[in-house]
Amino acid sequence: MKILKNKYLILRRFIQLGLLALFILPSADFILKGNLSSSLLFNSISLSDPFAYLQIFLATFTLNVGLFISAFLVFIIYALFLGRAFCSFVCPVNLITNLADFIKQNTSFKSSKLTNFKQNTRYFILFSILILCLIANEPVFEKYSHIGIITRGIIFMQTSAIFVAIIIFLLDLFVQRNLVCSHLCPLGAFYSLISKFAMLKVSYDLNKCTKCMKCKMICPEAQVLSLITKYSGNVSNSECIKCARCIEVCDDDALNFNLINFLKGKK
Amino acid sequence: MRRQFFTNTIKILAVGVGTFSIFKLNDTPKSESKIELKKSFFLRPPGVVSEKHFLANCIRCAKCVKACPYNTLSLAKIGEFASLGTPKFSANEIPCYLCDDLPCIKACPTDALDKSIDKISLVNIGRAIVDESSCVAHFGIQCDACYRACPFIDKALKLEYKRNERTKKHAMLVPKVDYDYCVGCGLCEKVCITKKPAIVILPTSFILGERNDNYVKGWVSGDDERLKHIDTSKKHDEKKAINYLNDGEF
Ligand code: SF4
Ligand code: SF4
Ligand code: SF4
Ligand code: SF4
Repeated sequence: MKILKNKYLILRRFIQLGLLALFILPSADFILKGNLSSSLLFNSISLSDPFAYLQIFLATFTLNVGLFISAFLVFIIYALFLGRAFCSFVCPVNLITNLADFIKQNTSFKSSKLTNFKQNTRYFILFSILILCLIANEPVFEKYSHIGIITRGIIFMQTSAIFVAIIIFLLDLFVQRNLVCSHLCPLGAFYSLISKFAMLKVSYDLNKCTKCMKCKMICPEAQVLSLITKYSGNVSNSECIKCARCIEVCDDDALNFNLINFLKGKK
Repeated sequence: MRRQFFTNTIKILAVGVGTFSIFKLNDTPKSESKIELKKSFFLRPPGVVSEKHFLANCIRCAKCVKACPYNTLSLAKIGEFASLGTPKFSANEIPCYLCDDLPCIKACPTDALDKSIDKISLVNIGRAIVDESSCVAHFGIQCDACYRACPFIDKALKLEYKRNERTKKHAMLVPKVDYDYCVGCGLCEKVCITKKPAIVILPTSFILGERNDNYVKGWVSGDDERLKHIDTSKKHDEKKAINYLNDGEF
């Protein structure tokens, strides 16, 4: 029963770790090769990080058609269907921040908060980075990206990446809840911006809700659940990372994934 | 609201400077010993035209690393001299075996590795230099390990005959690098028999100068094509001598 209740969590961990495993194992190279910046699926479909492409474009001002198409494919998948699901289903940093959050939820240092970054800080960072790319002629975020460091660290067993992982963990644990992913990460901000019209949404049913607020407690982007206790509908804020934690903690079945209804509604 | 913004900005700056300093900390070359020096430069995979162009384009995806059948390439870690996450190699550990089909260049999804480089002779990784004071061939001992390892044998690496002035009756065969052909694969460095290699690959920009391009190399096939359209007729100014005499100075 417990397992069934956490099915999305298990699915997420399975996808996260599975992708890393495919990247690591040389024998799985025919399925997936490369890393999260750019990879080759089944030795034929090239997929690239659209944000990295944007940075390279700004840095070089040359149009590489192949790279553009591979980035556009990923862009379309997230922009039309999955929304910001990259953050919860793919990004390995999610493993670290979820661990910190798990510890925080289950122990006593709940109240610690040394900084008060606002959620929109990440958009400042995002645009500063894009401008820096223009000035420095380099894909600036790719150079220092914590996501890149951690992914490469896992794929190539680089021990130095552990320090970055620990820093992220400590920041989340002691400085501010979900500091890295919900407040600073420009890639998350990028995916938030592009996934305004994504079809996958979380739907809320006010009639079933018993107003226990468990969902708001667990949500890493609690501001997206502003409709709770107010009205039924879809979580329309694109900052939702579709992690489905709210769906899982809700004992009253008030929250659910909603792709088909949404499609029907459009017709 | 405004105060909020300022405090936030200062915090971002603090975090930024902090993180930046971690990555920049190790970036300064500091020592003179050759081993130490090796940490302060690195060789790029074949297909890199210039460091600037490369850094602007490399998406740090490691496809080139995975494509290399000899495990030559690796991605730079934190604390290494090369920009974090970019591919590089050290000829001393594993050289580049110059695969005929250049799989690393083919695998690259961006323009970081130049696809127009399709022949190994066009590759430009670095150049070999020989340290004559440690190369045993310059001692008079016969060693041609590097010469034999070179994929462009007798072109990039030649053996030069030299009279042994010490014994006055022996010849010495010493390795000589021709920079028109050497691409810097590092096979010579790898096989060199001395304690620390007497022949070392340095990035091209470290050692090569640049001559004007008006000199025609007759021994490079096709180079004299450039002479075909040149106007060789002499421009003679008959009045020049007379004007010279008549111009006030005399
Ligand atoms: S040419 Fe071959 S050996 Fe050299 S880096 Fe490329 S794949 Fe590796
Ligand atoms: S394949 Fe190209 S983009 Fe990817 S790491 Fe190598 S050089 Fe960089
Ligand atoms: S680096 Fe050495 S082996 Fe390679 S081409 Fe130059 S001289 Fe020959
Ligand atoms: S292998 Fe080393 S010692 Fe031998 S000739 Fe070449 S450079 Fe000199």
